[in-house]
Amino acid sequence: MGSKVLKIDGLNVYYDQSHILKDINLSFAENTVTAIMGPSGCGKTTLIRTINRMHEFTHGARTEGSIKLYGKDLHQIDPILVRRKVGMVFQKPNPFPTMSIYDNVIAGYKLNGFKLSKIEKNSIVEGSLVKAALWDEVKDNLYKKGAFLSGGQQQRLCIARALAMNPEILLFDEPTSALDPIATDRIEQLINELKAGLTIVLVTHNIAQAARVSDYTAFLYLGELIEFGTTKKMFTTPKNKKTEEYLNGKFG
Amino acid sequence: MKAGNISYRIVKDKIFKYFIIVAAISSALPLLFILYYIVSNGISAISWGFFFELPKPPGEIGGGISNALIGTIILIVTSSAIAIPPAVLLGIYLSESRNSMVSNLVRNAVEVMQGIPSIVVGILVYAWVVEPSGSFSTLSGAIALAIMMLPIISKSTEETLRMIPHYILEASLALGVPYYKTILRVILPSGLSGILTGIIISISRIAGETAPLLFTAFGNPFINWDITEPSNSLPLLIFNYAGSPYKEWHALAWGASIVLIAIVLLLNIISKIISKKWEVKF
Ligand SMILES: Nc1ncnc2c1ncn2[C@@H]1O[C@H](COP(=O)(O)OP(=O)(O)OP(=O)(O)O)[C@@H](O)[C@H]1O
Ligand SMILES: [Mg+2]
Repeated sequence: MGSKVLKIDGLNVYYDQSHILKDINLSFAENTVTAIMGPSGCGKTTLIRTINRMHEFTHGARTEGSIKLYGKDLHQIDPILVRRKVGMVFQKPNPFPTMSIYDNVIAGYKLNGFKLSKIEKNSIVEGSLVKAALWDEVKDNLYKKGAFLSGGQQQRLCIARALAMNPEILLFDEPTSALDPIATDRIEQLINELKAGLTIVLVTHNIAQAARVSDYTAFLYLGELIEFGTTKKMFTTPKNKKTEEYLNGKFG
Repeated sequence: MKAGNISYRIVKDKIFKYFIIVAAISSALPLLFILYYIVSNGISAISWGFFFELPKPPGEIGGGISNALIGTIILIVTSSAIAIPPAVLLGIYLSESRNSMVSNLVRNAVEVMQGIPSIVVGILVYAWVVEPSGSFSTLSGAIALAIMMLPIISKSTEETLRMIPHYILEASLALGVPYYKTILRVILPSGLSGILTGIIISISRIAGETAPLLFTAFGNPFINWDITEPSNSLPLLIFNYAGSPYKEWHALAWGASIVLIAIVLLLNIISKIISKKWEVKF
């Protein structure tokens, strides 16, 4: 598949003294979904938070190595810009409770103080909600608070909010772990549709989910990247013993 | 045996219930007595003119408390203007920096500050502001009141903002919104009702303060709009007139007490409404 959007080379991450991620080498290809799997505490969240430089808000977090976005060192780019190019969807749906659905979608523009005309705003809101497969459900209630939506709808609202910024990469940190199976199914479908327009990195605990939606899978264990390859290959003929055990539910 | 046991329990249950009701009512009684006593003593002093006239010399019936009313309003507005910005900033700082050495030190300092007796605040402001400037003034009174408001507001701001879940902050940061804009545009609005409630409660606390004004705002028999000049206030007027030997002035003091209590009550009701109406659910 396509060219590499993001390339991680020799990445080490520390929280104060503890060495959390060890010499990670990984790259994400354009218009693909890469699943990041591994047992709890292995560093999945830590890994994706270094990709949009959110780790900088964590006290004592420190990185070594290089991460390149389209060949450009991430740390040479303004972190504010990095976070606009690399969107993030969290485990727990987190729409802004004080804002309407409409304002939630364009929150990235509003909060940053970008001036947009009414027409531009309307088209961003509609476009993003359509892409997030939420438009039909909320189009008559755009000015109501987002907190009244169901959990699955709230999560799609958060996806729309991230899409509104036109990101190159969208990071999902266990986006469905707080949702029921139907809502989960909806988000999975959505991820499948979205990859035509951007590159997706999906942290998940759910092995079946990784098998359903991802093209590539990275398996992390105790801060090390144990195996990385196409999902198909990894799920049928894993190279590493640990990977095989994990996929067979021996631990996790 | 069994039946007797149950009916015994039912009786016990009933007695206990009545006991609680009686206890609840009797703890509200003092408030009712206070209100009744003040209203019955002061209501005769209150008329239209009471709000618009100046106090009359002893011996003359009637007169009003316009000087004290306007003084209290100016004192509240000025002290709010002085106290709110730094107190809210302090509260933001304390809620954001939860565990650093400096913030723990500051947090303790704020707590100690809240415990300083108001008369001591009055003397301090006398020494720091009144003496150097050479005169009593509304401003010095407002500074004393602001010192009393500051810890209340910063504490309530800190507590409100601490309740806002971290993921709201992260949602904004992840959209590329800089930290300070996130605080101003996401965190503060989410905590607005709590912060406003804290401000109103701090105002209702200082509205009745007399001690810090004795050596600062001092009192003034006339209406004063100039904050560099002394000013009267409702509690000062009550303090001075209730201690006077004149019956007419006693009536004014009782009337002023009603007004003061009404203001405090109103502020409390407003704060309840704000915290209900504007509360943000997470
Ligand atoms: N702020 C922090 N300070 C210190 N250590 C941390 C911090 N956040 C995470 N860690 C540690 O880093 C390691 C990796 O955590 P991380 O959250 O990346 O794991 P994860 O793979 O996302 O786990 P989960 O599947 O439970 O979400 C864990 O051992 C955790 O205890
Ligand atoms: Mg995690």
